[in-house]
Amino acid sequence: MTGRVVLALAGAGVLVVPCVAPTYHVLLMLPFMAYGVALLGLNLLFGYTGLVSFGHALFIGIGAYTGAFLTSKFGVRSLEAILVASAVLGALVAAPVAALCVRYVKIYFGMLTLAFGMVFYTFVLKFYRVTGGDEGTPYLRPSLLGFGLEEIPKTDYLIGPYYYYSLVVLALAAAVMWRVVHSPFGLCLKTIRDNPAKAETLGISVRRYRWYAFMISAVYASAGGALLGAPIGNVDPTLAYWTHSGNLVFMTLLGGFASFFGPLVGAFAFIYLEDALKSLAPSFWRLIFGAILAAIVIFAPGGLLGLVRRARPLGVSRA
Amino acid sequence: MSGIFHASILFLVSAGLQVVFGVQKIFNLACGSFYALGAYVGVSAVQAYAAAGGPAGFFIVPLALAGLAAGLVGVVVERGLLRFVYERDETFQLLLTFALVLMLEDTIRLTWGTSPLSTGGMYLVYGQVRLLGAAVPVYNLIVIAASLVIAVGIGALLTRTAFGRIIRAAADNREMAEALGVDMRWLYARVFTLGTALGTLGGALVIPATAAMSEMGIELIVEAFAVVVIGGLGSMRGAFVGALIVGVLRSVAISTYPELEMLLIYLIVIAVLVLRPRGLFGTAATAT
Repeated sequence: MTGRVVLALAGAGVLVVPCVAPTYHVLLMLPFMAYGVALLGLNLLFGYTGLVSFGHALFIGIGAYTGAFLTSKFGVRSLEAILVASAVLGALVAAPVAALCVRYVKIYFGMLTLAFGMVFYTFVLKFYRVTGGDEGTPYLRPSLLGFGLEEIPKTDYLIGPYYYYSLVVLALAAAVMWRVVHSPFGLCLKTIRDNPAKAETLGISVRRYRWYAFMISAVYASAGGALLGAPIGNVDPTLAYWTHSGNLVFMTLLGGFASFFGPLVGAFAFIYLEDALKSLAPSFWRLIFGAILAAIVIFAPGGLLGLVRRARPLGVSRA
Repeated sequence: MSGIFHASILFLVSAGLQVVFGVQKIFNLACGSFYALGAYVGVSAVQAYAAAGGPAGFFIVPLALAGLAAGLVGVVVERGLLRFVYERDETFQLLLTFALVLMLEDTIRLTWGTSPLSTGGMYLVYGQVRLLGAAVPVYNLIVIAASLVIAVGIGALLTRTAFGRIIRAAADNREMAEALGVDMRWLYARVFTLGTALGTLGGALVIPATAAMSEMGIELIVEAFAVVVIGGLGSMRGAFVGALIVGVLRSVAISTYPELEMLLIYLIVIAVLVLRPRGLFGTAATAT
């Protein structure tokens, strides 16, 4: 029950944020929601299927570049169209990538995803005539539900319509993912994570299910990338660099990969922590970040939600 | 020739990665950061040496010593952080080394600043020779020779010494080695330090030819990663051949079609992972 109360409070909280919080904090919520969508997908692979991808920045990059290309080169401004196109392109790229990656597990899976991520990174970096190289490609203001919204200042656009649009996308993504992980399909993934050999003998095609999980997570990450790029206004290759993939895994671990909402908590904590550290210690925030990550890995592998759960021994593990 | 020079540096770093992976089964993402650390320590050592009025011709001595000494940071990292996660899933080990990447990057920035540092004119102190119609700095040849010597040395260490036998035993079967009385804490600390020292030495040796930059670490790790995947995880011969392939291909690509530079290498990595996941020289035990 407490879980539902917390969820309701959090939901109410994000609804009123634009009305009460300073603009700056509302703007910080935008990457949180974009990462939230991407991480829900990543965690289907990480927390539920037991495969750690070190290359999901690839799909963030695909989503963001799809948005940038559609808005600035093809004149398509509708964010709905961008999200659909990102998801489709993400799935198209993911289909062969996933088919190859799911043949391996553990470190080999991580390495192969990292390699694919870097292929995409070097591609967008080197073919600057198409992608703008390290200068990136502009991501023009997308229209929402057919409304151009060109007349209002960018900040108002972002903290108003765009904020609620992202929130709806995140809520929908979370609702769908909730259905996915609590379906028989989700149970199969958990079985694969815990005991692949047993899953196989029970008649679950391990590779095929891993492929499905990878595809879903790629679609989520691409949609998240499309959401992430618009507020920045410019999409550059660092979005697809391997350290960005590392950060995605970091966020998931920070919140707790063992629970459904862990990645969302992680994304939220990561964004605010990064922002606070950057202003407090501009020259060594990475050092503190690294130390926090190391501390979590060593002392609290369950992440923030794992800590909460440990403090509340009656809590039932959902994962 | 510049490809082979690059390959020798890559070999040193990858060899460090391999020896750690072979024994501890940890894929050390921070090996690139160790490389950057070695580079900065090397620059400082050479600058101090020049300021103290040492003869320019012997600058390579303080450089190499500094590179090796920087490897001692490996002891601190192993005892201070890694030893807590040996029993954990490799995901956590990977993430811990990722945390190290973040920490070392800022440590380097805080210590040496953000602007690139170089050793000035030391690179051409030994002059150049003409080889196959191209001018090759003698320093490159020295480094190539040094890394060949190190390659042979590591080979001898692994096959001819008691320590090497212990390393191979532990890599093959940790429990059995432990049951036979090998102190794993002792071994892990040493192996990790050896791996770190190879990385920092590589960083120190590359520095006369280029400049130390804070990004050099995370850029090198992806190349070292390509080397060990192509060569096969945990294999020294693999590191050697992989480094040659990556180093030479990279310089060929740069001079013919620069857009393809790294792309080509990653495509080879993917091809190797798909066709022969254990790499060219990997043992079957490391395959999935």
